[in-house]
Amino acid sequence: MIKDITLGQYFPGGSLLHRIDPRMKILVAMLFIIMVFSATTVYTLAAVTVLTFLLPLIGRIPFKTVMKSILPLKWIILIMLILYLFAGAKEGDRILWQWQWHFIHIAFSVEGIAKAVCLSVRIVVLVLSTSVILSYTTSPIALADAIERLLAPLNRIKVPVHDFAMMITIALRFIPILIEETDKIMSAQASRGADFYTGNLVKRSKALIPVFIPLFVSSVRHADELATAMECRCYRGGRGRTRMKKLTYTAVDYAVFALTALLLFAVIIAADHAGGFAYL
Amino acid sequence: MSFIEIKNLSHAYNEDDHREETIHDLSLSIERGEFVALLGHNGSGKSTLAKLITGILDIQSGQIIADGTDVSKISGEEELFALRRKIGMVFQNPDDQLVATVVEEDIAFGPENLGVEPQEIRRRVRNSLRAVGMLKYARHAPHKLSGGQKQRIAIAGVLAMMPECIIFDEATAMLDPKGRADVMSLISRIHKAGITVVHITHNMNEALAADRVVVINEGRIFLEGTPSYVFSHVDELHSVGLEAPPLTELLHALAAAGYSVPAFSSGVSDTVDVVESLFGK
Repeated sequence: MIKDITLGQYFPGGSLLHRIDPRMKILVAMLFIIMVFSATTVYTLAAVTVLTFLLPLIGRIPFKTVMKSILPLKWIILIMLILYLFAGAKEGDRILWQWQWHFIHIAFSVEGIAKAVCLSVRIVVLVLSTSVILSYTTSPIALADAIERLLAPLNRIKVPVHDFAMMITIALRFIPILIEETDKIMSAQASRGADFYTGNLVKRSKALIPVFIPLFVSSVRHADELATAMECRCYRGGRGRTRMKKLTYTAVDYAVFALTALLLFAVIIAADHAGGFAYL
Repeated sequence: MSFIEIKNLSHAYNEDDHREETIHDLSLSIERGEFVALLGHNGSGKSTLAKLITGILDIQSGQIIADGTDVSKISGEEELFALRRKIGMVFQNPDDQLVATVVEEDIAFGPENLGVEPQEIRRRVRNSLRAVGMLKYARHAPHKLSGGQKQRIAIAGVLAMMPECIIFDEATAMLDPKGRADVMSLISRIHKAGITVVHITHNMNEALAADRVVVINEGRIFLEGTPSYVFSHVDELHSVGLEAPPLTELLHALAAAGYSVPAFSSGVSDTVDVVESLFGK
């Protein structure tokens, strides 16, 4: 069961979104974030929302899977709604109901409610778009690779970009191994009478100490052996290293970038001129 | 000149205390294209020897000459890499050798480090995967493979660097019987393809496949010769806590009981014949 875990939220597939160059996807995701923040009127926000909900369709990702990434947001959204419902009313707003006691003033206004809803939608759209463009349709390794290549110019000012990317890759590689090991150690301790599941927080935390110490020791051992194996395979960091997979931008990549840039431009213009209720 | 020449090699992990030497005045030569099995129980110094040959550990005293290069005199990175490209190593734990989260990316790791052209890397990855019979797993994640499969990927990763010699440092020790058999037959195929093989093990049956068996005990060579020569010395092996392969042990027990039998068994059918001639069908 523990062997079946997938790394990150990657959902393998061959859709258009999967095939776009990972570097381009990072750029497109950035444009998307700017777009979401530029959509300051209700109409533009609605347009961006529709666009965002099209993304899982393009990426052929089941809607249920996508909803899982939004679900954890419910608390943030709830808090936001409450805050804006009570504190969002300004002078001149259409007040629906209000209550005042000394300096405590609670008021529901049409504008306040609209603002709360719009901001919640904005958060959902932000998370949904970036997770569909990046996490769901790009493998973690492609992402690490893309970050390395995008940040390559920083090498000139001695930022160890390659080393960071290698660290991410190795961390991803060792997550399943360490999970398996944790499982083994916990079973071993449990078979000798360790109890991880009852008692108060302090007691349960203490029960985990005999798990973490062997896990830590074995991680160091893994690191040592992996380092030796890497040295035997002539690893010396990024210097003189070639890559099997060359990333090259295709016409599709440029087209997707141009389209996103165009949409961003349209949203900015529309938010400025086309009217509609400005919630910000 | 031999492919690897080891002369009067000594090594102590604690350099000041020479009573605790792991390797003691050891000399050994390995010919090009040979299949040598290094036998010895834990702590006999066999893994240390492998690490000294590939320049992972520094040579303290003595000399190792690998393909004409004096390993102790290597100073530059380039020379060290040339040595490690020539002499690849496969270790015990397959998980600690795989770097990438995709099989083909992992096999590309070595050639990438050597600065090989992308097209050539692709070719090598395919060839190596085919050689270890894992071509259809090219895009799998290593953590979903079995131990034996992972070890074959690790071997493919070394093969992609086109080595002249591969040292297997207890490469079968952590595998199940099926994985062990797969890796052993792969090692034999690698040897037949002309690559020098040094197989460090404490499994006697695996040593039978070698051209030459070298038994190391307390950092010294204890016995050396063909498998039939080494394993005929059952009493000597017992004296250092090792055992001969089970069938040879059987013959040894028969001999001790007063039967006249050969001292070494090369295989099951061979031993069956001997037992049949003694006791009838």
